[in-house]
Amino acid sequence: MPEPLLEARGIVKSFGRVRALRGANFTVFPNEVVALVGDNGAGKSTLVKTLAGVHQPDEGQILFDGEPVEIHSPLDARRLGIETVYQDLALAAELDAGANMFLGREIMRPGLLGHLGFIDKQAMRTRSREAFRSLGVTLQDTSAPVATMSGGQRQGIAVSRAVTWASKVVFMDEPTAALGVVQTRNVLDLIGRVRGQGLSVVLISHNMPEVFEVADRIEVLRLGERVARFRRGEVSMEGVVGAMTGAIRQDEIERPEADPPDQDAGLDAPRR
Amino acid sequence: MTDVTTQADRPELEADEEHSAPFWQRLVAGSSTWIGLILVALILIFSVLEPSSFVDVDNARNIATDAAVLLVLATGMTFVIITAGIDLSVGAVLVFSGVVSARAMNGAGGDNWGVIILGLVVALAAGAGWGLVNGFLVAKAKIPPFIVTLGTLGISLGAALVITGGVDERNVPFKLITTIGTGRAFDQVPWLVIIAFAVAIVFGVILAMTRFGRYTYAIGSNEEAARRAGIAVDLHLMKVYCLAGTLAGLAGFLSLARFSTTTIGGHDTDNLQAIAAVVIGGTSLFGGIGTMLGSVFGVFIPAVLTNGFVIVGVQPFWQQIAVGAVLIGAVYLDQLRRRSQYQR
Repeated sequence: MPEPLLEARGIVKSFGRVRALRGANFTVFPNEVVALVGDNGAGKSTLVKTLAGVHQPDEGQILFDGEPVEIHSPLDARRLGIETVYQDLALAAELDAGANMFLGREIMRPGLLGHLGFIDKQAMRTRSREAFRSLGVTLQDTSAPVATMSGGQRQGIAVSRAVTWASKVVFMDEPTAALGVVQTRNVLDLIGRVRGQGLSVVLISHNMPEVFEVADRIEVLRLGERVARFRRGEVSMEGVVGAMTGAIRQDEIERPEADPPDQDAGLDAPRR
Repeated sequence: MTDVTTQADRPELEADEEHSAPFWQRLVAGSSTWIGLILVALILIFSVLEPSSFVDVDNARNIATDAAVLLVLATGMTFVIITAGIDLSVGAVLVFSGVVSARAMNGAGGDNWGVIILGLVVALAAGAGWGLVNGFLVAKAKIPPFIVTLGTLGISLGAALVITGGVDERNVPFKLITTIGTGRAFDQVPWLVIIAFAVAIVFGVILAMTRFGRYTYAIGSNEEAARRAGIAVDLHLMKVYCLAGTLAGLAGFLSLARFSTTTIGGHDTDNLQAIAAVVIGGTSLFGGIGTMLGSVFGVFIPAVLTNGFVIVGVQPFWQQIAVGAVLIGAVYLDQLRRRSQYQR
């Protein structure tokens, strides 16, 4: 059984009087696609932002490669090889695709100019273009502001950025919510290819068919806590929805194979 | 960069080759192009109406000299507005910096470059200080920039009045007036104009080509995205407000050199003039959009109007009316353009 790559234990996070996370656990194994599902307000986005360094947990522990880590800022997450596609995409709409791709890690001009703070726009554009091409994102004009692009193209830029820079884990918060059929297909294919590169993908989605298509494992969050974990093929959509809504507890869900009653011990490993 | 390459399975994308828009297209789409054309049109109109007196080296020099101090203010204001902020305090900081600079030079005494440099350093430091106060309150205390700078406007102007007792400081080193104030390079170009344009060019290059400029746009475009991209947003905002304050300090020093007095009562609308110039130049009050070239055009449109009206014999009060109309028209046109471009 492989060791978890990223593990959140007992994360508590409150915003004023709202307790968004109430001791949430979450586990990501190396080289897997894990879906994080839950009803609206279950705390999915808050959990992702906590692991991405946007929010600081009030309580709880984060382990990376088995070592306790503190993720105080997006930079800390980045250093661990974690990248995130946020639900709002976090793109600067007035900047072009290349500028967004390299936001916060600009390529500097060689030599003295670079030391003076001059950035190499051409190099960034060229390298972005290569990245978009290899990921199947089509943009008519890479020097146009992102605001002039369609929802699908914007999503493509945000996904490309995360995938390009991540070395361990990519979080994707509802990456297909704004997309049409073809673009959704592209993103789902891309998730598979990212795993093929040896990375892990955390997919947050409401779309059950999508989750069942790409996820190796499913973790269910409800009211700020993890309430169930499943491996691919061990559960029906009704079972997952039941867990999301609290209608069914995990031990009541029918399983195709006999598992030990201790769920947390038995379900950790992704199936190959 | 990790590389995810599987191009073979999506051949349909090959046909849709990406390209950058050709130069002329970007030129036409650029907001500063249109403002530049308006400026050229104004110059042409006045040239046709009064060819003898408007088209004249002395007159061009007058226009540029009148605009120089405002150009320095507008340079800093451009950065602030691109971050989606505003700085109402620049005129008051200009006065304050001029006052403490004049006081320092008089305190040191003498009429030499040493005293002048002392005065410059004091003016820049005073401006930078107010800029840091603005930046800290905007970035760290999260008070809206409109309120912060409205507050520091009152405080800095009030402080200048307290220091002087409301009486202008008229004692300015003579050497400062004859060199920077009224002197000309090669007996042709006023030093004031050279300094103002040098400032605009240097900071225009920084805005357009450096990481500092890129972060300025990114924060104005989407502050949260900039934060999540690991940009030190608070620190950058403090730097931007500090820059605007420092340039207001420089403007105070230049104003002192030009008028040989602190002109405490003469800068009540400098802030609004600088904001109007920047906005006429195509910089968006919502942040993320703007160029230094546009701001230069935006400074010169009111300057040319004032001068032209005087020369063709229109009451100069009409300038305020015309600038107001140009301001509204410029923003309206900019919104139309943006709406058509961003319609998706």
